[in-house]
Amino acid sequence: MRPKNQRLVLVGAALVAILVAVLLAMWGLRNQASFFYTPADIVAGKASDGQSARLGGMVEKGSIRREPDGVTIRFVVTDGKAATPVIYRGIVPDLFREGSGAVAEGRMLGGTFVADTILAKHDERYMPPELGNLAAEHKVGKTLEK
Amino acid sequence: MIAEAGLAALWLAAGLAAYQFLLMILALRSDLEVARPMRAIAVVQGLLTLISFAMLLLVFARTDMSVALVFENSHSAKPFIYKVAGAWGNHEGSMLMWVTILAVAGAFVALFSRRTSERTLVAGLGSQAVLALGFYAFLLIASNPFARLFPAPPDGQGLNPLLQDPGLAFHPPTLYLGYVGLSVAFSLAVGALLTGEVDSRLARAMRPWVLGAWVLLTLGITAGSYWAYYELGWGGYWFWDPVENASLMPWLAATALLHSINVLAARGALKAWTMMLAVIAFSMSMVGTFLVRSGILTSVHAFAIDPERGTFLLALLAIYVGAAFTLFALRGATLKEGAPFELVSRESGLVINNLILSVILGIVFLGTLYPLFVEAVSGEKLSVGAPYFNEVAGPLALVLAVLVGIGPLLSWRRQRRPVLKQLTVPALLGATALAITIILSPDIAILPRLGFTVAAFLAAAAILPLIGRNPLRTPLATWGMVVAHSGIAVALFGMGANAAFTSERLAVIKPGEQLTVGPWTVELNAVTPTAGKNYTAIEAELRATRGEGVVTLKPQTHYYSDPPTETNESAIQTFWNGQLYTVVGKSDPSGGWQVRLWWKPFVTLIFAGGALIAFGGALALLGRLWRLRRAREASAEWHRRGYA
Repeated sequence: MRPKNQRLVLVGAALVAILVAVLLAMWGLRNQASFFYTPADIVAGKASDGQSARLGGMVEKGSIRREPDGVTIRFVVTDGKAATPVIYRGIVPDLFREGSGAVAEGRMLGGTFVADTILAKHDERYMPPELGNLAAEHKVGKTLEK
Repeated sequence: MIAEAGLAALWLAAGLAAYQFLLMILALRSDLEVARPMRAIAVVQGLLTLISFAMLLLVFARTDMSVALVFENSHSAKPFIYKVAGAWGNHEGSMLMWVTILAVAGAFVALFSRRTSERTLVAGLGSQAVLALGFYAFLLIASNPFARLFPAPPDGQGLNPLLQDPGLAFHPPTLYLGYVGLSVAFSLAVGALLTGEVDSRLARAMRPWVLGAWVLLTLGITAGSYWAYYELGWGGYWFWDPVENASLMPWLAATALLHSINVLAARGALKAWTMMLAVIAFSMSMVGTFLVRSGILTSVHAFAIDPERGTFLLALLAIYVGAAFTLFALRGATLKEGAPFELVSRESGLVINNLILSVILGIVFLGTLYPLFVEAVSGEKLSVGAPYFNEVAGPLALVLAVLVGIGPLLSWRRQRRPVLKQLTVPALLGATALAITIILSPDIAILPRLGFTVAAFLAAAAILPLIGRNPLRTPLATWGMVVAHSGIAVALFGMGANAAFTSERLAVIKPGEQLTVGPWTVELNAVTPTAGKNYTAIEAELRATRGEGVVTLKPQTHYYSDPPTETNESAIQTFWNGQLYTVVGKSDPSGGWQVRLWWKPFVTLIFAGGALIAFGGALALLGRLWRLRRAREASAEWHRRGYA
């Protein structure tokens, strides 16, 4: 290859690489991005059944129930306007408790949110940004805040 | 007084950095000789930041509560080592550490760099000083680590007990050394673009820095991955968390840079390309720092949210990256193109390596920032998790791993011997591995299956460059390459085994009851209360057996009082063919305990592979430095004998 052609080929290759990356990413993001919902959004029908999603809010006081197998729990997440029942199988995170903020990752199935993962506040200073806004809007939360 | 001394040293260092910037402009506009003072100032600036950082360590070691940062992040009851590590386990301290490493790296360049021309060195040191200047401004204006509290409170607010872990105490410094090591490549590239002296000498001057940074990033990522694996108690080793991606992105760019810099050093080709990668690699380090430090992303690692700091960091990022890219656009096209090469050649192979790495980098970058973008545009909140990254980047990584086996067999400029013939044995091995997985475990997913295939192929192909060479006379750099490429095969095998054959069990059992997981039968013996230095705990005693012999595992749950926090401490037992991973959870009213068990075949190979990759890099670095020294001694000898 002559040096000049070589440069053209290299620039072309770089542009193709950028294009490929963007196209692949767009394709993947369309299929795999999961939206964040509050119980009010769920009631408004924003989340379609089976689509991966995140649900955030406060764990309603007195709502945590444990199934007989000991490792499946049911609880209700609320944002002050609406409430959504959640089912989860696994060890709940250290800071998961009633009246405290939590984010569940999973999907809606027949009116119940089936969670694969539960994230609670990681330490007394950490709060998922989504929940931070929620707390500001609805004057809930603040359980472990100083 | 200690805190004030630290602050004063920081102001002085900032002043010197500004002076270096002026010197650079002077030197570029006239033919003024400023190399000597430039070197001296860079060294003093490095020393001053070291003093400042030492003062911060001192106030933390003495638990001086009159310093706000100590009050917020430390506690008198904390073990001493974590008091000291607490100095960088927070926003301000970690930024001070960042700028200290930046300035000290500049000092090292000033002291030891003899390869580039004086002009490029001056421009490079000037660029490094400008980088540091921005971060000094950030510290002094928006995050002063030495701010005082009056009156001094009686005791501190502790540190997140999750951060009280030897892994985490030394993890950020390793990553930071890696991030900031790339700053030298960035500054030298900017310097060379300013002077127009992009050549193989520059590449040889940059290479040890890139190699060193890359080794530390590899180690940091591997160690961080192992930390998340044993500490979080979730059994996974990589979560595609934005903060993990923040360290992966510079690594991907540095890996590409590491390969293209060899082309520039050996053949004088890919000039603009390599400069571009040097700019991108450190830009990714800054993006990573911005993502982590601004707390802008939903992440288990993110620090407190502070819009002012986030904006400041974003402005710095925009200025530096924008300026570097503008310079590149202005100067990149004027660089003389280097030696030509054919389509099938070592150079082409490395270009393809670079392209695939760049595509993967783009995919990770877009996936990490997409939630921010969507929220900024439409206000909708979403997250992008493991399925996206695995599905989109996974197959590309496998393709790249295949090419890793082929590339090193190609020769520079033009391939004369047919290369496919050499690959017969590796290809047969790969096919055999594929056949074995299809026969023995027909149900596993496609990606791990291909992982085994590629791992077997690469394990054999990686050592081919050594065939027919005298091992003692093979350069260390070649050994390093072989070791690092073998490490990829090892890690790939571990990832495949972990993805395909992990068995998991979660149940509530009472003392005396049993669970099975994989080949293991695990019995809960007892659960007893216990205590540590600053926590109380419960400890489960698990007795595990698989035929012969019994092993005892003792997972714990720790309860910290200040602040009130619980953590699950997993207990892991390592065997030659995998790890038994156990976690104890909460009790239930009937007297049972939640127990979570994993049997993870060959999971250790993931981390061993990462360590091998880093070790290969270290070997190559040693080889390069050794050669540099030999060359220098030889030229000194030449001069002494009066030949010159």
